[in-house]
Amino acid sequence: MKLKGAEILLQCLKQEGVDTIFGYPGGQILPVYDALYSSDIRHILVRHEQGAAHAADGYARATGKVGVCISTSGPGATNLVTGIATAYMDSIPMVCFTGQVGTSFIGKDAFQEADITGITLPITKHNYLIERTEDVAKIVKEAFYIARTNRPGPVVVDLPKDVMEREIEYEPDREEVNIKGYRVMKGFNTGQVITAVEMIKEARRPVIYAGGGVIASNASAELRELAEKRKIPVTATLMALGCFPSLNYLSLGMLGMHGTRYANYAMGESDLIIAVGVRFDDRVTGKIDGFAPNAKIIHIDIDAAEIGKNVNINVPIVGDVKEVLQAINKRLDEVEGSSEWLTAIDRWKDEFPIRYPASVEGRIMPQEVIERIYQRTQGEAIITTEVGQNQMWTAQFYKFKHPRNFITSGGLGTMGYGFPAAIGAQIACPDKKVIDIAGDGSIQMNIQELGTAVEYKLPVIICILNNQFLGMVRQWQGLFYEKRYSFVDISHQPDFVKLAEAYGAIGIRVKKVEEIDDALNRAFETTDRPVVIDFWVEREADVFPMVPPGAALTNMLGGGLK
Amino acid sequence: MRNHTLAVTVENKPGVLTRVATLFRRRGYNIDSLTVGTTENPGISRMTIVVQGDESVIEQVTKQLYKLVDVIKIVDVTNERAVDRELVLIKVKADNTVRADIVQIVDIFRARIVDIGRSSLIIEATGDSGKIDAIEESLRPFGIVELVRTGKISMVRGTK
Repeated sequence: MKLKGAEILLQCLKQEGVDTIFGYPGGQILPVYDALYSSDIRHILVRHEQGAAHAADGYARATGKVGVCISTSGPGATNLVTGIATAYMDSIPMVCFTGQVGTSFIGKDAFQEADITGITLPITKHNYLIERTEDVAKIVKEAFYIARTNRPGPVVVDLPKDVMEREIEYEPDREEVNIKGYRVMKGFNTGQVITAVEMIKEARRPVIYAGGGVIASNASAELRELAEKRKIPVTATLMALGCFPSLNYLSLGMLGMHGTRYANYAMGESDLIIAVGVRFDDRVTGKIDGFAPNAKIIHIDIDAAEIGKNVNINVPIVGDVKEVLQAINKRLDEVEGSSEWLTAIDRWKDEFPIRYPASVEGRIMPQEVIERIYQRTQGEAIITTEVGQNQMWTAQFYKFKHPRNFITSGGLGTMGYGFPAAIGAQIACPDKKVIDIAGDGSIQMNIQELGTAVEYKLPVIICILNNQFLGMVRQWQGLFYEKRYSFVDISHQPDFVKLAEAYGAIGIRVKKVEEIDDALNRAFETTDRPVVIDFWVEREADVFPMVPPGAALTNMLGGGLK
Repeated sequence: MRNHTLAVTVENKPGVLTRVATLFRRRGYNIDSLTVGTTENPGISRMTIVVQGDESVIEQVTKQLYKLVDVIKIVDVTNERAVDRELVLIKVKADNTVRADIVQIVDIFRARIVDIGRSSLIIEATGDSGKIDAIEESLRPFGIVELVRTGKISMVRGTK
């Protein structure tokens, strides 16, 4: 069968089970778009390539499948970069196709030429420039394989125009991927598992510190089994929220800079940390010397390079989190009753709950909006966030029930992520309610995607916590720079209600607490278009508690004190 | 802190050197020297990387290198019984009054004179890094005009 490179590409995508791609056309990617015209792969046309990358990422996080996005060469490709870096930092499986000038023009500074494989080298798991049409099938197969196996991550595939245009004789091959320098991790060190099991049996004050790896490995059930069998409290990183039900009596909520006091105190007092699919990020550990000073640490992760990168580990176990947890659970009996440790934790929970101050002059407290969203959804929704205060309040006040229901840019902290990610999640899960909790700063970074959401009739709800500030930066300026509010006042802003309406979405403004529920109800009843709710909230509310930068985890400011 | 020598087998593909160099730059590891060349298999290249750091740094370097898809195998040959070689070319000032002295040094190090100019000589020497350092030091008093070292290559002894 004679096929063009572009047609081979689409056949390969179907072989990989791709049903949806997010993209934006342009000159050098024309051959692929021509093939897409008569293909049954669903293409979602975004309004900016960054939106395509984040939407593919949101799609991947909501489903666990590989997200796919596509752009043209040059500026189209560089517009993907923030989205690729976001996925890389959070280990999200993605394949990004970029157009490229014809092979004979590469290196000649041709129109819309950018060295995208060079540019994305440090922010991809791997990348490819396809030089021959004959290599298309093999490389696409490898790209998906690399993106989804071991520690997942984004892979970029650069497609020169002539490689896509050329016709060759093509037969689909069923050959297994075989890459000399890349092997899928199988098994683990059983000796280490046995050591870990003994340590868990002997521990008096154990804590499970769960990370995004638990979600990537679909190991929530195994994690819960371990926690409930041995009555071990669980704290989750931002990336792991939802992997363990927030309302479970063993849940400590999030740890770290804006974690709960009881989670951080538990880490400080613990004699055994079971770290599962985590990377000991600085926002989690605080000052390294003060991190879990009384604990031995078991670290389970599929990426050997994470072992001992930031913190010294007593028992490393390199392997798939799910398999390792199964092996550990198999060797552990159930313990009955409570323990002094759980009593101590309950005391902390009682003494230092997550709460917020009452508002002055009847203004809405942003935290209350999140509590109301939780009450309305009962934890049965996909929540995305932007980055900053909106993100931390969501992590603190929304009670996550299920994995893959919280989608947020953890490692890179990308403002403008939440809304396009919500679009991706809504496309992936049409029957679920998808809500982007946003700030008035972040939402303006990818507001153009309202066009996409309206075009595809996506009932995403955007809840803007509008304090007319770049709130998190303002908070830091307030705490650490003598309230010198340098360039954080963004009260010059569009009328978000009119803006929504201009795009064909619904816009609602909420200024009073009494109006919150009505607005949410109206938004929930809308099924054919996005709804923007502009909540005017207390301008200078802060995220507390907080571990100041450079301080130990147990050295927290504010919040929770009765 | 000591130098470690890593023998790294990689795919012989464009961009592999960039990937390795970018990794070192990005993670802040110090490369002392790096050599790369083809092997008996034309599809595979061999890099010899001399890197500074304590055991934990070397462990991180190794693990991070392994994550590169194009890296096939890494052997830390620092503590192995290995043959290490480096090649140096030294252009040294040499008028008639000192030529004899220089020739004597060249003989002692079993080096070779590969070019004779009116007022300078080019000397070629191979050996482990210590020997190359020594010949460089011995010739320095005469005035080194130009010097280039290849960086180290290593091979483990025996059948291993």
